[in-house]
Amino acid sequence: MSKLLLKNVSLLGEAATDVLIEGQHITSIGAAAAEATSGAQSAETIDVIDCTGLVVVPGLVDLHTHLREPGAEASETVLTGTRSAAAGGFTAVHAMANTSPVADTAGVVEQVWSLGLAAGFADVAPVGAVTVGLEGKQLAELGAMASSRAQVRVFSDDGKCVSDPLLMRRALEYVKAFDGVVAQHSQEPRLTEGAQMNEGIVSAELGLAGWPAVAEESIIARDVLLTEHVGSRLHVCHLSTAGSVAIIRWAKARGINVTAEVTPHHLLLTDDLARSYDAVYKVNPPLRTQADVLALREALIDGTIDIIATDHAPHPDESKDCEWAAAAFGMLGLEIAASVAHDVLIASGASNWNRFAEVLSYNPAKIGRLTQQGQPIEVGSVANLTLIDPTKRRDAISVESKSSNNPYLGLTVGGEVVHTIYRGYPTKRDGQVAVQGRNLEVSNSAVQTAAKAGK
Amino acid sequence: MSNLRHLLSAADLSRDAAINLLDLSETMASVNDREIKKLPTLRGKTVVNLFFEDSTRTRISFELAAKRLSADVINFSAKGSSVSKGESLKDTAQTLEAMGADGVVIRHAASGAAYTLAHSGWINGAIVNAGDGTHEHPTQALLDAFTIRRRLHGSASTGKALDGVKVAIVGDVLHSRVARSNLLLLNTLGAEVHLVAPPTLLPADSSGWNAHIHYDLDAMLHRVKPDAVMMLRVQLERMSAAFFASEREYARVWGFNADRLALLGSKSLLMHPGPMNRGLEISSAAADSPNSTVLEQVANGVSVRMAVLFNLLSGERSIENV
Repeated sequence: MSKLLLKNVSLLGEAATDVLIEGQHITSIGAAAAEATSGAQSAETIDVIDCTGLVVVPGLVDLHTHLREPGAEASETVLTGTRSAAAGGFTAVHAMANTSPVADTAGVVEQVWSLGLAAGFADVAPVGAVTVGLEGKQLAELGAMASSRAQVRVFSDDGKCVSDPLLMRRALEYVKAFDGVVAQHSQEPRLTEGAQMNEGIVSAELGLAGWPAVAEESIIARDVLLTEHVGSRLHVCHLSTAGSVAIIRWAKARGINVTAEVTPHHLLLTDDLARSYDAVYKVNPPLRTQADVLALREALIDGTIDIIATDHAPHPDESKDCEWAAAAFGMLGLEIAASVAHDVLIASGASNWNRFAEVLSYNPAKIGRLTQQGQPIEVGSVANLTLIDPTKRRDAISVESKSSNNPYLGLTVGGEVVHTIYRGYPTKRDGQVAVQGRNLEVSNSAVQTAAKAGK
Repeated sequence: MSNLRHLLSAADLSRDAAINLLDLSETMASVNDREIKKLPTLRGKTVVNLFFEDSTRTRISFELAAKRLSADVINFSAKGSSVSKGESLKDTAQTLEAMGADGVVIRHAASGAAYTLAHSGWINGAIVNAGDGTHEHPTQALLDAFTIRRRLHGSASTGKALDGVKVAIVGDVLHSRVARSNLLLLNTLGAEVHLVAPPTLLPADSSGWNAHIHYDLDAMLHRVKPDAVMMLRVQLERMSAAFFASEREYARVWGFNADRLALLGSKSLLMHPGPMNRGLEISSAAADSPNSTVLEQVANGVSVRMAVLFNLLSGERSIENV
């Protein structure tokens, strides 16, 4: 069994220690790890990584990733997307359902799941569509997806809102049967027809059709009440306004089983950037105001918002290199999330590494019911670990994604991910993503063939 | 005066630059009064009218302006061109660049299209925004300011701004590029701007705008006694999107009719960028009254666009050489 020793590493910001990994698991920590690896004989077979100065957190889990495969492989594939995930410190990603074909059947979710397994850079947990074809008309076969090999627990029409209140009620009720959760893209469609950016001072100036905050808030308010009524579980995707924060805070105080996410871009960027008419800043929900950014940060720190999720949305150049109205919505996020979390929680002095682990690992794994992810760093846990240099500042570049719609270009951020350990295997080491994923024994073509055969 | 690189927004113009352009427009207007209405200034230069949206009036105004300056003019309209086959703005721009366009006058349905064209690196020529979506239409603002200044100051216009002049802009402000450009330029020139519209046709947040907001046209006319009233064209499709109830109600509450004309001072201007919906935002009695400047605006548009093209494309030539 392979042995990997992380030497001199700080557990969530505590004093430095050693962590020994054997196979997929953490087998000893501290003096025991040092002891187990002492002696000339073992030194030959143990792979040692000097982690002096680095902080280790449980491997990051993204609840909201667009991997684009099947159907839009020009933007991203499961392989390139999970390489980007590894570069950003993620050991698991939830692949959103708005592919082509839509992930609304057991066949498609199993295909995506198999591609993730074959790539070997992160656990890929497919998200199932709530409605057939994301059309908001007929419930998709949620049960079949839940009992498939992909074991789907998160269901979302992301990109579109389940705006029909009756359908939303039924979906919330239905997922109770298999402990699922409905992840809602909260956007009242009639209030956002033709919408291009946040409705406010800047949209008035730029003459771009506004996406009002109330279009998000009214759906969230409705959904938390529906969730309370049917006693189910709701997850709210990409909160973007101060008003949404207030509603979630109210719902939680009332005991409603709701969780909420915020994206890195909504924690950092504002609608002023649209003044450049550069479509790299076009995203849905749109970038909001500085007051919204501050409310979202506060809510992330105080626990109102449960997680950071990337909404990593790769697009090819031709979808962004054009006039604003013609451009696609979305921006990259996997390779920036840890840095934004570091700057908002740690560098600001406002919070701590434990909260960092909660919002990027424990909580998203819990919401997605991924038992092998988001485990505490202790003996017996699966060795999904992310090592971060809290002192280094870096250019906010994105390297591994197939697309380049990166709105952070030109910014400098902290919290660089140096190593990513996925199930005991370094998918990123010394800043470089591994050439191969961990499942060398499974060839990509074999899995694809199996997936196509529906086995 | 120094040359502009592009004219994308009325905000590109400082007070001095705006006054200089208006003064240059006066010179151009005098050319338009000559028997031979032509200057050799832009001989050998190529101006492309790149129109992705129908607008015969604006296009022929620019075309005439360029021709009176002896430029070669190419009209490129989206209909019947490769654009309708799905060619992108980028490819179109690069094609024009390869053909050596010195100036591109662009009209586009997308807000910001002119800005994107100017900052994309696709093309080196000077860009003139001839209307981008619901954003701006800066030459319209210049011709409106020119028209107001001429009516108020006549032959003594040169060198003057519009300090203290009260201008009301009435109608679909939310979707109007004319309103946005006028607001900016009128502020720059020192005028006091009043916006009058149903609340549905104003921005949800107009706090960034230096203007007085009114819902009641009659009350505004009584209280403000504006020196100029600009009526905006109403797009009938707005009605189906519940911006207002009916043509009849709109005309009654926000249309400019004979009764309201009586509230207007005899020297006050009644303006409209055209084309007018007679009987909707403006009645015939008002449109054809002595207060109306509709046709002056059309004539002044050519002079102002000559001044803009001259400024952008004529190198370092000074006005004395005209």
